[in-house]
Amino acid sequence: MFTAMLGEAWHAMGANRMRTFLTMLGMMIGVGAVVMMMAIGEGAQQSIKKSISSMGSNLFIVLSGPPNTGGARSATGNALSLNVKDADAIGELDGIAGVAPTTMGSAQVIYAGNNWNTTIIGTTPSYMEIRDWVIDDGYVFSNSDMRSATRVALIGKTVADNLFGDAIDPVGKTIRIRQSPFMVVGVLNPKGQSLDGRDQDDTIIVPLTTAQRKLFGNQVPGSVRMMMVQAASDKAMPQAEEDINNLLRQRHNIREGSDSDFSVRNLTAIANTAAETTRTMALLLGAIASISLLVGGIGIMNIMLVSVTERTREIGIRMAIGARERDILLQFLLEAFVISIVGCVIGILIGVGGAMLVKNMTGTDAVVTTQSITLAFAVAASVGIFFGFYPARKAARLNPIEALRYQ
Amino acid sequence: MSYVIEVRQIYKDYQTAAGAFPVLKDVNLTIARGDYVAIMGPSGSGKSTFMNILGCLDRPTAGEYFLDGHQISQLSGNALAQLRNKTIGFVFQGFNLLARSNLLDNVSLPLVYSGVDKKTRHERAEQVLIKVGLGNYLNSRPSQISGGQQQRVAIARALVNEPRLILADEPTGNLDSKTSEEIMQLFDSLNSEGISIVLVTHETDIAEHAKRQVRFLDGKIVHDSYAQPAVMEAS
Repeated sequence: MFTAMLGEAWHAMGANRMRTFLTMLGMMIGVGAVVMMMAIGEGAQQSIKKSISSMGSNLFIVLSGPPNTGGARSATGNALSLNVKDADAIGELDGIAGVAPTTMGSAQVIYAGNNWNTTIIGTTPSYMEIRDWVIDDGYVFSNSDMRSATRVALIGKTVADNLFGDAIDPVGKTIRIRQSPFMVVGVLNPKGQSLDGRDQDDTIIVPLTTAQRKLFGNQVPGSVRMMMVQAASDKAMPQAEEDINNLLRQRHNIREGSDSDFSVRNLTAIANTAAETTRTMALLLGAIASISLLVGGIGIMNIMLVSVTERTREIGIRMAIGARERDILLQFLLEAFVISIVGCVIGILIGVGGAMLVKNMTGTDAVVTTQSITLAFAVAASVGIFFGFYPARKAARLNPIEALRYQ
Repeated sequence: MSYVIEVRQIYKDYQTAAGAFPVLKDVNLTIARGDYVAIMGPSGSGKSTFMNILGCLDRPTAGEYFLDGHQISQLSGNALAQLRNKTIGFVFQGFNLLARSNLLDNVSLPLVYSGVDKKTRHERAEQVLIKVGLGNYLNSRPSQISGGQQQRVAIARALVNEPRLILADEPTGNLDSKTSEEIMQLFDSLNSEGISIVLVTHETDIAEHAKRQVRFLDGKIVHDSYAQPAVMEAS
């Protein structure tokens, strides 16, 4: 009986091909838009997640602030109010997993005939754990390298590619940074883009002492512009932030009510905000696309109502020869359902194709998940049943005598 | 119970703006199995409403109707649909075939609602189409055959579920006299096989095919008699 009705639904749809196609088109566009928008949203979320996990977890950055003297203030990080001893003191606090005092600068780097301008980070070995850097090849410099300020360097993938190309293994080679020779002791595992779009692999890491004494110089011995601090856990972060503030104010002899000469920034919170924003954007895209799905559903309802009116006499005949109310209901419901399901399947294909097109043409990540397809399918099926129900019920409740008399 | 139809004190009115308007006023009628009844009467006499009630398409306002022993007023909409499907075969003035479907599908339609499988449906539909003389048109559409042939298809559809009773509402109203005569001969032969037939007509020569004539006027039966054997022989 059910297969007979499915056949009838197919038959009825075929009788008015153009109309059926246009109704389906509404569903196709709706489903296609949902699948495509969800793919774009999902792609954005995945790339944000990747950036966040490449940053390292539970991170603070402590920047030396403008000196607390009034008058013209210089930019954050330019004054040298922090020093290595502050870093050691922060490392002693509860709830802190690691501290890496850091100095940065850009420099021209040369190997053989190639040269490259890149960011040089001078820091301690603990930086590697805090930022979650892994060495592909070679080893991380040690604390004894720190003490003796040896000229060793860890180079990022981008730097390695530009100086050495594919053929040469950089480890053990000597490069020149600002004319000083440095031995490459390791190559960093690539991380890709950071949250703000910088290439994190375009970098060279050297011991802090080496950077200060042999590359950038140091006005005040032991001073650093910034420190990366890692809290032991997500939960420890608020307390750690407060502790760092209190400790540094105390160490810098800042009176109650005066401004600090440093600032503590919660990088993880910033990252989470970015992730949240992306999620909201993805939801918004999905919601806007869903509206077209709704419009498609209304189109189905519209056409089904027309169809019920046109076929009033047919409904009367069917009732006279023994169709029950639910037979008529099922027949029209099935027709709406078939239209929406066929439209949905084609719509999914359009959505997947569209997502691939967007990916190829703009380079934006677009990820079609089975979850989004399942969702689109489920929503389309419910839309078909929901909007098909009213016309189907209208058909089923027709009075057979009046329906038979209908011209 | 030897009656296929037993109607007791049936009253039917329609609600209009001017109040209740009675269409059938306490009608009583019994029809025995195998009977062949022509219902006649002018427009507005209540014969169409009476047919709708007999066909379980409408319910009386008051009174009792037993169809094949079932008390109709007690039955649900679904049960009525089942009775229409299994016990009654309908033949209409305007044929009422589905234009989109071929003859085989048109005739098998009642079997769809009895839950018969496709193979059996088509076998039985083919048998009755052969019986009414349309075995060569199984895959034609209603628009491709003549009016008389269309009415034969409608009769085949009415027969396919082997009903006790055939209700025909002006079955020859849209046909010329020669074709009408052929259709009536088909009814005559069906009746001789034992199927009860009730038909509405306002043509006397059509009514004379029936064994019994019932005349309606103003919602009442004013005449009910078996035809003179002489008239039957003459037709």
